[in-house]
Amino acid sequence: MKLLRLAPENTKFGFMRLRRMSYPLSAFLSIVAVVMFFTVGMNFGIDFAGGTQVELRAKSGAADLADLRAKGEGLGLGPVEVQRSGAESDVVLRLNVQPGGEAGQQTAIAKLREAFGEAYEFRSVEAVGPRVSGELVQSGTLGVVVAILAVLAYLWFRFEWQFAVGAIIGTMHDLLLTVGFFCVTQLEFNQTSIAAILTIVGYSLNETVVVLDRIREVMRKYKRLSTAEIVDMSVNAVLPRTIMTATTVFLALLALFFLGGHVIRSFSAAMIWGIFVATYSSIFICSPMLIYLGVRADTLDKPAEAEADAAAKAKV
Amino acid sequence: MFRLAPWKVASIVALVVCAALAIVPSFLAPEIVAAIESRLPSFVPFRPIVLGLDLQGGAHILMEVDSASVTKGQVESLRDDVRAKMREGKISISGGIAMQPRGVMVRIADPAERARALSLLLPLNQNVGGALTGATGHSLDISDTGDGAVQLLLTEAATTEKIRHAVTQSIEVLNRRLNGTGTKETNVQQQGVDRVLIEVPGLQDTTKVKDLLGATAKLEFRLVGDPGDPPSEVDILPQQQGGTLPVQKRIMVAGEDLVDAQPSFDSRTGEPDVSFRFNLRGGQRFGQVTSENVGRLFAIVLDGKVISAPRILSPITGGSGQITGNFTVEQADNLAVLLRAGALPAKLTVVEERTVGPGLGQDSIDAGKRAALVGGALVVVYMLATYGIFGVFADLALAVHILFIFASMALLGATLTLPGIAGIVFTIGMAVDSNVLIYERIREEAHAGRSVISALDAGFKRAFATIIDSNVTMFVAAVILYLFGSGAVRGFAVSLGLGILTSVITAVTMTRMMIALWYRNRRPSVLPI
Repeated sequence: MKLLRLAPENTKFGFMRLRRMSYPLSAFLSIVAVVMFFTVGMNFGIDFAGGTQVELRAKSGAADLADLRAKGEGLGLGPVEVQRSGAESDVVLRLNVQPGGEAGQQTAIAKLREAFGEAYEFRSVEAVGPRVSGELVQSGTLGVVVAILAVLAYLWFRFEWQFAVGAIIGTMHDLLLTVGFFCVTQLEFNQTSIAAILTIVGYSLNETVVVLDRIREVMRKYKRLSTAEIVDMSVNAVLPRTIMTATTVFLALLALFFLGGHVIRSFSAAMIWGIFVATYSSIFICSPMLIYLGVRADTLDKPAEAEADAAAKAKV
Repeated sequence: MFRLAPWKVASIVALVVCAALAIVPSFLAPEIVAAIESRLPSFVPFRPIVLGLDLQGGAHILMEVDSASVTKGQVESLRDDVRAKMREGKISISGGIAMQPRGVMVRIADPAERARALSLLLPLNQNVGGALTGATGHSLDISDTGDGAVQLLLTEAATTEKIRHAVTQSIEVLNRRLNGTGTKETNVQQQGVDRVLIEVPGLQDTTKVKDLLGATAKLEFRLVGDPGDPPSEVDILPQQQGGTLPVQKRIMVAGEDLVDAQPSFDSRTGEPDVSFRFNLRGGQRFGQVTSENVGRLFAIVLDGKVISAPRILSPITGGSGQITGNFTVEQADNLAVLLRAGALPAKLTVVEERTVGPGLGQDSIDAGKRAALVGGALVVVYMLATYGIFGVFADLALAVHILFIFASMALLGATLTLPGIAGIVFTIGMAVDSNVLIYERIREEAHAGRSVISALDAGFKRAFATIIDSNVTMFVAAVILYLFGSGAVRGFAVSLGLGILTSVITAVTMTRMMIALWYRNRRPSVLPI
């Protein structure tokens, strides 16, 4: 049987030469992402912005968006956002945070039920008060920061500091571009988006670690080569694996995006974007970083450590 | 590597069988599961995977204790304590006891008297916190302000402890209320310091439950004010039927003294009412008040609202009575439940609410299943196409990986949510990564001129360190997501974390075993990848 190979084998691409293009490109995109975050902003869902969101399904026929909007605006609850979700009969209706503290959201739900309860089935109701949404923002941000610090600590412990720095720069890059993705697409940013971001961070580091592991191995073997040559050789060596894994994860996410339902669509979309960005950054951002940070075979490890490492490997 | 100990094979097979058994309950009807479970010894975990409210439908209500009012009450009782001490020591104070946001202040002009007051007040300072909360400390900061006054401030530990206590009490009361209405399988638990999370599976319209949970249910019997009463002794309270009524401040009998309350019907008018019974103390007090005030109006006040104010026709000495108030049958039922369950120690407000109807929940389950099946099939086919027989091994390991995730979720009692399903689908794509790392390494080693056996051996050995390093980083992300995430997102963290663990186990041990068996039988001279 002829086996399928997506990735060319025994490649000798000069990835490192491309850093003169990839660095300015990534820097540019990162800046655009930051600027967009502060100007356009993300489309925060009620988890973080607070407010009320209900999913309605018309009890008969299609949902009448114009009518919903008109009736909704007439309730005196501020602007009403009405969107079709999936089927003809389904809509999502969203209100901003109501004045009057926590009780305001409760009054809003009661009013919505009264206004639409007859013609529509309430498929879901979510109301997040101003206090909870503030805390969710806090814990979400804190989570991402702590995750990065924890992984930084692990990488520092397992590798040389230059590797950890390279990995973190790559991760920040992926993080920024994912934020940019949310700004451009205006996909709803909610709690599952935080989950997506942390998973992208995890995946990005996973990619980076695989490349760095190989770089370290090659560096020990070929002490004479320049860092650029070593990095190129390593990236080429793990390229088939990189493409292979990105493809399997991509396939799984593709199924999730198209079949997983609208509730997690923004999650799947962000993850798919993240897989591409993470794969790109592990090759074009993290690895070239080592050239600048000055990792060399002779600074890599003392002989004692190498022996200990070899002993550890032999045990496996 | 290819010495394959029979006990290793046996234990892997045993593990797979156990995992398969663990997910059996998830496929059976709930009645059958319950029937089987009752016949098994209690240490055998025979239970289906718990579905989150976003999948089975239901309501999630987060309520917050009004900390400000708890602290205010605490300051008030501190003031009463201080007043009692001052009376006890016959210390004259100038200008009364001033209440502050977190304490009280007493002016005592004479320095000698002030010193005496300080020593009298000292016993009010008590230890708070216990071994459980960790933070031990004292309840008050008592000080001489230097300008002729003594100040008593509640410490952070004291107010936190009080709030914590209020939450614990509220949970008991809420549980009694929910049980009183026959709501099944509800979950009421503390969240953070001052919050209570209530989960009610299957509930869709939360209006009634929120009314039931949100009412403080503080019941008071107070005399309606006479025109002659001084205004400082009278509250003007709203009435249920509209309008207001002057009611004396003094509480004659309170809800704490109730021992029972039941919905009933007025024997004369046939209208729904609530009949109640007092304990001994309450009954005596009620009898005394009603005998002394025949002919006056007696107001029944619930949460600061007059429900009704019937005239006392004759002394009521039996220790029981009825509350009437133009109730519907349902209102009477609810009031009885509230009175039986007792009053909340503080007001609770809803700060977050999420309700999912059963229709949307089922749709999410279906969508999740479809995505998992199709995503899994794509990965399986792709692995087969790329690695041939080795792809079969990877796919078998993948199947066991999925089995292990579900089995460990069932055994741990973890909750499966929609993001959790997304996590599983993601790990399906990610799980084969370990196999890919191993296989690509084997190819490389073979290309470098090693023999089949030595390439296999080196592939496994060299890929192993990379597999561990790369999965640790992913696992760290999952753990942190669990710690900082809430609700359904935690479900994602759980399935991601478990998925990483099981995928490493299955990819490394199972694939190794299968390749070893294959090698032993075939003795191939060329690698098929």
